[in-house]
Amino acid sequence: MGILEVSNVNKRFGGLQALGNVNLDVAKGTVHAIIGPNGAGKSTLLNVLVGKLVPDTGTVLFNGTSVLGLKPFEINQLGISRVFQTPEIFSDLSVFENMLIPCFAKRDGSFRMHALESIASEKDIIEKAEHMLAEVNMADKRHMTASSLSRGDKRRLEMAMCLVQEPKLLLLDEPTAGMARADTNNTIDLLNQIHDSREITMVIIEHDMHVVFSLAKRITVLAQGTPLVEDTPDNIKGHPKVKEAYLGEAAA
Amino acid sequence: MLGLSKKDTTFLLVVIFLTLATPILLQPFPENSALAQFNAGYPDLMQRFAIFGIFAIGFNILFGLTGYLSFGHAAFLGVGSYSVVWMYKLLNYNVLPGLVLAIVMSGLFALFIGYISLRRSGIYFSILTLAFAQMSFNLAYSVLTPLTNGETGLQVYNNDPQVLMSEGSPTSPHFFGIVMNEATKVDVGGWQFTFSNGYYFCAIIAIIVFYLSLRIFRSPFGIMLRAIKTNQTRMNYTGLNPRPYTLAAFVISGMYAGLAGGLLAAMDPLAGAERMQWTASGEVVLMTILGGAGTLMGPVLGAGFIKYFENIFSKINDSILHSWFSALPDGLEDFVVFVFHPFIGKGWHLTLGLLFMLVVIFLPGGLIEGGNRIWNVISGKNRKKKRDEAAHHPKPTSHVN
Repeated sequence: MGILEVSNVNKRFGGLQALGNVNLDVAKGTVHAIIGPNGAGKSTLLNVLVGKLVPDTGTVLFNGTSVLGLKPFEINQLGISRVFQTPEIFSDLSVFENMLIPCFAKRDGSFRMHALESIASEKDIIEKAEHMLAEVNMADKRHMTASSLSRGDKRRLEMAMCLVQEPKLLLLDEPTAGMARADTNNTIDLLNQIHDSREITMVIIEHDMHVVFSLAKRITVLAQGTPLVEDTPDNIKGHPKVKEAYLGEAAA
Repeated sequence: MLGLSKKDTTFLLVVIFLTLATPILLQPFPENSALAQFNAGYPDLMQRFAIFGIFAIGFNILFGLTGYLSFGHAAFLGVGSYSVVWMYKLLNYNVLPGLVLAIVMSGLFALFIGYISLRRSGIYFSILTLAFAQMSFNLAYSVLTPLTNGETGLQVYNNDPQVLMSEGSPTSPHFFGIVMNEATKVDVGGWQFTFSNGYYFCAIIAIIVFYLSLRIFRSPFGIMLRAIKTNQTRMNYTGLNPRPYTLAAFVISGMYAGLAGGLLAAMDPLAGAERMQWTASGEVVLMTILGGAGTLMGPVLGAGFIKYFENIFSKINDSILHSWFSALPDGLEDFVVFVFHPFIGKGWHLTLGLLFMLVVIFLPGGLIEGGNRIWNVISGKNRKKKRDEAAHHPKPTSHVN
């Protein structure tokens, strides 16, 4: 019994079969990577998991309850957080205000009319936000406007915003896309540290094999919308089917 | 104090002082001097400053914080006015029941319009609100004549029930006996100051609603509204539902508009459909952007600025121009008057339009940004402090989203 169970999911965009009979079982506490060449359906699968897309057929169970038909904010309230390929943060707000919002969302749910309360009196929320900022080494940047952060810091902030909600499942969509090697390694360290300290289940979509093999405990290879193999990193390395999917017939 | 930080308390106290001293501050020129026509300290105009200030403060809660540009806020202004006049007709000239009804009715109206319009964002939202406002205007103008008295406008007649009206009660709008259009005139030297009941009634309400908007800006709710403006995707993926937040902001700003409309009828017991026309909706957008959208004081400044122009510039005519430039040789005098002519009198819109263009192009943050820049030059503040300032005043929108 995994924390996330995807069974027989199909999704068709016009004539294109984006996902065909996808089955996925993510064990609790693991880091599960989904890899595959461009157009393999990785992002479509992720969008199904967060409620942005509804599959034509199939089921998606999170902790035993179906998430199909739920809106993204409802799925987040169940405990699934998502990190985007390009960091999605509140760029006009300060770093600290960015941290406050997920704290309020976690405590108060999807809507609360707290129009006449002052932020200064929310001691527990402020403490939580400050604590998380310190944990990702951004305490000194709290007054900066988020849009003026470096790309690496934006990524850090986005992850901190997800983590402060203590999600049960963290979805990462190419977390190191477009990063320099040093930033990539920092991100790998950060993710490993997060996983070790909190035992959060993670699902990572990634192109960079270096990142995948440094993080994942389990890997699913997707090609043309269908899972080819699912195995441990060691077995995936050098698997003939994987080579074939990535490099074409000739290489196999 | 009052749940505000020290800085905000000082800010509020300054605003209270300025508001209460307005009848003196806006009367800088002695009565018989040539510049007396630029004095703005007469009740009718000051009441407009306060009322349209309230309107703009409310509009700013929606547009300045969430970035949703409503083009139909005049509809709520009209609903407020009609509510107050109906209470005059049914009960008596006390403004209190009318104002309460104005807030409730405009709130309900905003709930209905907002619930439908907020299904879309951006330009589609603006067009939907505009459509609703024009529908309301046309309904008020013709179809709903029994309720609005059509193009004549709603007013109190002798045969109206006025069930609470007794022998000695005032026959014009009043607040428990304080009659709105009564004023005390004080002559000091060459100056004449008018302290009108109506102005102070509006001013005190304006201070209260300004305080409320200050609280909203500083609340968790205020942060959520600003978050909606910045990134709705992240909002959704943080477990927050943007819809009820935008709807709440829409209803609050609708209630502010209803209150402002009610106060218009509290000063002058009339309500006409033209109050709901799209030009009135556009005017509050201009006020907010001119003053600085998303800042606390900006919309009030913008409202004052536009109302001042409307009332003062529009009163300058050619003969006044001739008297100003009479020192010039005849031909030159005529030429100068000819040049200035399109910008004065009925042409004040042209002056306003040019100023608006200048502000939008050179001061995207509105008059408030201009003020900040001047202040920074005077006090020699460095950039770091400026950024600090920006953290306290949310950044203005440079584009409509």
